[in-house]
Amino acid sequence: MTLALVVLSSPSLVHLAPVDMVIIAFYFALVLAIGAYLKGQANTGEDFFMAGREMTAWVAGLSFLSANLGALELMGWAGSAYQYGILATHWYWIGAIPAMLFLALVMMPFYYISKTHSVPGYLKLRFGEPARALSAISFAFMTVLMSGVNMFAMAKVMQIVLGWDINFSIWVSSLTVAVYVTLGGLRSAIFNEVLQFFLIWAGALLIPILGLYEAGGWTSLKLQIAQRASEQYVHMWAGLGSFTDNPMGIHWTGIVFGLGAIISMGYWTTDFLVVQRILAAKDMRSAELAPIIGAGFKMMVPLIVILPGLLGLGLLPMKLVPESVATVTHGYSYNDVLPLMLARYCGPGLLGLGITALIAGFMSGMAGNVSAFTTVWTYDIYRPLINSKGSDHHYVNMGRWTTVIGVLISVGTAYLVMRSASIMDYVQALFSFFIAPLFGTVVLGMLWKRATGPGGFWGLLCGTLSSIGMWAWVKVDPTALRYVALSPHAKALAQDMYQALWSFVVCVIVTVAVSLATKPKPDSELTGLVYGQTEIPPIENVPLYQKPIFWAGVVAAVFVVLNIIFW
Amino acid sequence: MAQRSVSIWFFIGLSLLVNGVLIFGAGLYELAHPPANPVVLFEVHAPIWWGGLLAILGAIYCYYFSPVRERARKAGTA
Repeated sequence: MTLALVVLSSPSLVHLAPVDMVIIAFYFALVLAIGAYLKGQANTGEDFFMAGREMTAWVAGLSFLSANLGALELMGWAGSAYQYGILATHWYWIGAIPAMLFLALVMMPFYYISKTHSVPGYLKLRFGEPARALSAISFAFMTVLMSGVNMFAMAKVMQIVLGWDINFSIWVSSLTVAVYVTLGGLRSAIFNEVLQFFLIWAGALLIPILGLYEAGGWTSLKLQIAQRASEQYVHMWAGLGSFTDNPMGIHWTGIVFGLGAIISMGYWTTDFLVVQRILAAKDMRSAELAPIIGAGFKMMVPLIVILPGLLGLGLLPMKLVPESVATVTHGYSYNDVLPLMLARYCGPGLLGLGITALIAGFMSGMAGNVSAFTTVWTYDIYRPLINSKGSDHHYVNMGRWTTVIGVLISVGTAYLVMRSASIMDYVQALFSFFIAPLFGTVVLGMLWKRATGPGGFWGLLCGTLSSIGMWAWVKVDPTALRYVALSPHAKALAQDMYQALWSFVVCVIVTVAVSLATKPKPDSELTGLVYGQTEIPPIENVPLYQKPIFWAGVVAAVFVVLNIIFW
Repeated sequence: MAQRSVSIWFFIGLSLLVNGVLIFGAGLYELAHPPANPVVLFEVHAPIWWGGLLAILGAIYCYYFSPVRERARKAGTA
């Protein structure tokens, strides 16, 4: 059987020319070459797990963003833009920018000064071993499962778009990630993420440029969308005064308090997958600047994600439908909008680069999951709970083996999902359970010195259980949505927002109540961990335009202006 | 830790340069042999100018962050 027969398993949406295959093959060769080049520079724990803490602000910032810019993120949100209109942009602006700036200016000093290796590591310093064990085990477990779910979803996309065999996609991409992360550790993951960031932009930016040219500009596109769907599809805030006035069935309180204040804060400030990149920065100023650089670019991501979805809504001749309908009718689903736009404008060469952008997005997300899993397993589970007397060399070897094992568990999960697709929904829901309560625990730990170890542990546990409870309640009795999401019209995304909000509230109330009932830690044990007990070293004597606070102000101003423009 | 002589930005430049040259070449080929079923906006010849732009950007990165210049920078002679 030839390789072509093994690879191509079904009819495809687009057909690759030889030049496209060369571009994709060159990408794989380059990421492996980077891993091999960095192999000799990951011999100590600090090198392997923390990239030697020598990353510049630009490298850490772009990697921070790239680890989040997975292919499913690109395709999923382009599909959401087709389905819900410009409302999907909230997940990139209010759902990211305030949290990234908060991380940079408020939380990063504590992470950085405490010299922790991970977010669970910070919880150990602040609240003790039980809180660390709870967050580390839940994070490690969910990270490899999520990685497997994403792997399967990406292989499915490659099957639909390119006709590639699912087994081929799963094994080639996962083994490539395993090889370059095992060889070079976090440094290799970060360097490849920066490369992938450039490829994603180079491959995807042409779609909005050509799309706007075809549509006759933004104003003309808005008119076409209003005619084909509704005027509400091009307003970010104007339809959020009522649950029924917008395509998403959400109220502005859900967006501001659920998404902006809780979910995004939880994800961008406590999800170790992204925070790990910043912890690898070479100094405090770089660690503060990195999320701000990430925020600047994050504001531009809707150009390559949301705008193609809107262009599809305004320009594509066919009507896209939900996945469940597309499967029955053999039509195109919302999630196909990005590949369809790619196929619309990109001929040989450009198509290869566009597909490389999707593969790069997938691999950067997977490398992020694997490297974060490796660090948390080795430093927060294996070392404190299983073998605390190993040498540095022993832990590095454990890290390398864990990388391989983490990838294999992910592959196993991908095959599990292949047998039962409903597992994917459960895993994705489970992951969201931990984010909001974890933010409550970490932020109280950093800003309120009265918070105690038992308070942190029980707050995190009760917040997580309350989130699981609400989700199960709606599953068993769908009418419960009117209580959890405040409206029977709420869609799944709106339910997530309110679920996060309530679980955060539960976490905070329990943490405060238990803390007030238990003995506080002495001030001397809180130095470097809590606001008011920590002397933040001033940024060295640099001009104003090199200070994090200046660029945070610039990003915040642009954020406000953009929201007003697209109101 | 061992000193690196190849910057990450050089790898990025190399990637942009190679991809840019390949896309530019594919665009020129399409110009000479127009396809039977062209993509939408084929007439703007996006592969030629987009590929050219990527190649120029990549060449600048490759030159500025070349291993030779990197070594010289670390040695303090550049």
